Amino acid sequence: MSLPFCVGCGCITVINHFLRAVHELEYEDLSKFVFCSGIGCAGWIPSPYFKADSIHTPHGRSIPVATGVKLLRPDLNVVVFGGDGDIAGIGVGHLVHAARRNLDITVVMVNNMIYGMTGGQVAPTTPIGTKTTTTPYGSFEQPLDVIRLVAAAGASYVARWTTTHGEQLKEALKKAIAIKGFAFVEVVSPCPTALGRRAGFKDVAEMFRWFRDNSVLLEEAEKMAVEELASKIVVGEYVDRKIPTFTETLFETIREAKKSAKKN
Amino acid sequence: MTSKVISGTHFWQGNKACAEGAIAAGCRFFAGYPITPASEIGEHLAYRLPQVDGITVQMEDEIASLGAVIGASWTGAKAMTATSGPGFSLMQELIGYAFMTETPCVVVDVQRTGPSTGQATKCGQGDVMQARWGTHGDYASIALSPNSVQEMFDLTIRAFNLAETYRTPVVLLADELIAHMREQIISPQSDQITVTNRKKPKPTDKAFFNGDDVAPMPSVGEGYNVPITGSTHNEYGYRFTADRAVHRQLVENLVGKVRNNSEKIVDYETNDFNDCDVGIVSFGCTSRAVYETVDLAKKKDITVGFVRLKTIWPFPEETVRNIAKNTKVIIVPELNMREVFYEVERVVHGYVPVIPLNKIGGGEMITPEELLAKIVESVKKVD
Repeated sequence: MSLPFCVGCGCITVINHFLRAVHELEYEDLSKFVFCSGIGCAGWIPSPYFKADSIHTPHGRSIPVATGVKLLRPDLNVVVFGGDGDIAGIGVGHLVHAARRNLDITVVMVNNMIYGMTGGQVAPTTPIGTKTTTTPYGSFEQPLDVIRLVAAAGASYVARWTTTHGEQLKEALKKAIAIKGFAFVEVVSPCPTALGRRAGFKDVAEMFRWFRDNSVLLEEAEKMAVEELASKIVVGEYVDRKIPTFTETLFETIREAKKSAKKN
Repeated sequence: MTSKVISGTHFWQGNKACAEGAIAAGCRFFAGYPITPASEIGEHLAYRLPQVDGITVQMEDEIASLGAVIGASWTGAKAMTATSGPGFSLMQELIGYAFMTETPCVVVDVQRTGPSTGQATKCGQGDVMQARWGTHGDYASIALSPNSVQEMFDLTIRAFNLAETYRTPVVLLADELIAHMREQIISPQSDQITVTNRKKPKPTDKAFFNGDDVAPMPSVGEGYNVPITGSTHNEYGYRFTADRAVHRQLVENLVGKVRNNSEKIVDYETNDFNDCDVGIVSFGCTSRAVYETVDLAKKKDITVGFVRLKTIWPFPEETVRNIAKNTKVIIVPELNMREVFYEVERVVHGYVPVIPLNKIGGGEMITPEELLAKIVESVKKVD
């Protein structure tokens, strides 16, 4: 089966690193995983290319569906793949609440900063000033820093890397799968077809170089001025903490309720 | 109160009867969002489901509620959500997804007045067509219409059984009056309740969708590696986003499984309407005025036959056609600006006049006296 992604698409890199992470965590196959994804290029990462159960939902609704799966099958690793439009545009309400609940799932947001599948419209993550098909004079909206939103809402693990940070990305994905609670990994990813050519990048390689050269580690960024960071991608682990998870508190509450019902 | 079926005679509210019916049918997951006049269903299930090893979660909105229900259904659980008009509007997106992915689930819509926020606490029946055509594209709906607290229990069980049999979302199209009313209900012994479960695949099965008959349904985590998608797909779940033959076959099968089985699905109540002067086609709360009206009309030497729809979708066409053949005029009372009326007109097809009787606002019911006045007026017209 051939993959549907364009030449230079970051989704292919995400697939490689995710499967390497699974392999290094010593899973023999994907039988302990359920994948949920929505609409958009990244929604096609698991569905139907992974030999696994995959639920390809309507646009933005992968996290609610993942919620139902996880609560009934807490023993399975439930992993959501989605683009920035899917997860942080139409689905942002669900994202915030899943993070707030610290729902035990892994969300991988492939952020190409554009609506790629529909032909390059401005996204909530598009840098200000960028020319897109719906902002022909340049985008006039502030983009959303999804990472900080999720971190503030209350997740167990939050990290951002780009597709040029192979090793770090793979390690982050390993942590995100293994950790209890809501784990969110943003992968800043090139879309040469729908963003790169309009944003002035000559080819895929130039986009990769831009990612590499403009990425700043979180620790360094904290020492830099806001103006300096304006066009930078701040990468690293934002959150890695042990806090109660949704399935822990839910099942504990149910256990207690049953105990007190028996007493009465 | 920790048993799965609380057998016996009770004095329950309609919404509570619905929640208990769900548990009796095997529902073990509820996700919902607060909305008047449906909130008591989620409240009662939040209390009751943990006692029977089930889960209730309150989601961030109605879209997420049905999303979680669909996810739960794919783990093998029976799952339900409950809402009213504004939430039902939001759910239409995922109702379409449940049709397309053949996901059994129950959606309770306790109707109130609309459009939009309307009168949140007042009864209405304006969601009839939304229950049929609410989501985009081609599909065939199943919607049941209870007219008593007893039927809030019984038809909720039936909604689950139909959902499991046909692998489709089923709407329990209740209304505020029935949902908030308290009356006597008999909850049977659990062995007296028919519970249907979805057909499971054999280990060698690979085709889980788009069957001529209803395909077996695996759960995630069972090793079937099933790709589930709302895009057009073949019997194995693989996407075909441009192939016309695959799309035609899929949608014809989705519509066909309801349409071809409509005789088994349709349900209604009638009196002996042979050779009556007037026929009444009604449903839900409105139908409760009909019984008394039949007696009132008798005193005026007018014989009244009725069909009371227990399934609105599929529409009981044959029976409605029958009452038209046996009466001189049909009256359709409903708390909306004409919905079932048009369906009756379509089915009766000019055989006899069909006369609407509509009332909206303030949650006011159509009284037996108003219905009688319409009957007298209609009889004069056709004589």
